[in-house]
Amino acid sequence: MKNPVYTAIAIGVGIVVLLGYFLQIDLLANLRIVLLEWATILVAVALLVGIVNLFVVHFRKSAADQQNRINSIVLIVSMTITLLVAGWFGPTHTYSLWIFNYIQIPIEASLMAILTVMLIYAGIRLLRRKPNLLTIVFIATAVIILLMSGALFGIDIPGLSELRIWIGKVPAVAGARGILLGVSLGIVAAGLRILIGADRPYGGS
Amino acid sequence: MDGLNVLGLIYVLVFLGLILATSFILRTRESRRLRDIPAFERLGRAIGLAVEAGSRLHISLGRGHLLTTQSAIGFVGLSILDRIARSTSISDRPPVSTSGEGSLGILSQDTQSDAAKYLGVESDPTRGRITGLTPYSYAAGTLSFIQEEDIGANLLIGSFGNEVALITDAAERKEGMTLGGTDNLTGQAVLFATAQEPLIGEETYAGGAYLGAGPMHIASLYAQDILRWVIIGMILIGAVLKLFGVL
Repeated sequence: MKNPVYTAIAIGVGIVVLLGYFLQIDLLANLRIVLLEWATILVAVALLVGIVNLFVVHFRKSAADQQNRINSIVLIVSMTITLLVAGWFGPTHTYSLWIFNYIQIPIEASLMAILTVMLIYAGIRLLRRKPNLLTIVFIATAVIILLMSGALFGIDIPGLSELRIWIGKVPAVAGARGILLGVSLGIVAAGLRILIGADRPYGGS
Repeated sequence: MDGLNVLGLIYVLVFLGLILATSFILRTRESRRLRDIPAFERLGRAIGLAVEAGSRLHISLGRGHLLTTQSAIGFVGLSILDRIARSTSISDRPPVSTSGEGSLGILSQDTQSDAAKYLGVESDPTRGRITGLTPYSYAAGTLSFIQEEDIGANLLIGSFGNEVALITDAAERKEGMTLGGTDNLTGQAVLFATAQEPLIGEETYAGGAYLGAGPMHIASLYAQDILRWVIIGMILIGAVLKLFGVL
């Protein structure tokens, strides 16, 4: 069973933040801001803990005689160099920006490029895996939108750009709104479960 | 206090009232029927198979920031992690989780530690890993993790963008089952195309109820269903009023 003190703190803070958002009472609004500032600091500390966790896991992997340990060694060396450079010179110095612009961005752009190929392959695989009407509509819509995004071989087929605009404005927006309404209901339900202590994703057993 | 804030507060209070009322009504009923979501049925079978085969279950919690609305999907992922960690007690290979956000990583370690204490087994903090802190570094870290470990099934429940395709592709190559749900529209479209069992919209948030996380999860699911019909009704009434020029 979770420690009731942690549960009481979580519920109390949750109620104050929620009421501070809806009710324009100075005390509640100020308390909400202070609590959110504390939460921001905690999240920043958690980020540092996350970096330490990443380092420790890969340090252990690189020390052990494991397959693909080279990946962990590369990660540790890169992380150490980046931390030293950004820590010593500052995050906006030319050296730090060089690492960001010439190493991180190209690597992430390469992953994005791989992603394009993967998504095309996934589309083909989807037709084989789930050959139903929903899949056909999904693939057909994606293909139509892609084809209409640019002039095909310089040929402007009349009516096609209007079709693209209509798909973008009517069925796509309607579907997106439907999904977002479901998501928003889920978000409120998940938040309320935590607020009443039914869900307790924090420590203190 | 403006009108919009009052409406917002009323909405939250009505939702809360519905959850509490439904949980009270359900307490007296023996059977609590939920509509079929095939993905969760297959997940149950995949968990059983993974336990029998001695392979691991991987729960990817995404990059939901705890100070934004993305936290909700992160908490749903943690509930599912908790249920799975407890239900795979007979397995000698407990589930592992990956996340791309510091606080979510700490909470996942905490959840696993709680489950280990409940089962009376030793907890290992490296079962809750942070594999990267930007979208693509998180995906790259997670896919290399999937490639290295003997994973039987992958559950991707969290905030993901299009980078999730890199993770599902790695899972597909390892021939493991992939179930995925996210709060992000782009991520949902990508998961629909790449995951074996995609969850759409609110289905993702129903995970706790389908995995037996407690009566409140079921009650909140009923409350969601009631409010969804209310919203549908309001949209239809609004459309009719607009058609007749009243609005």
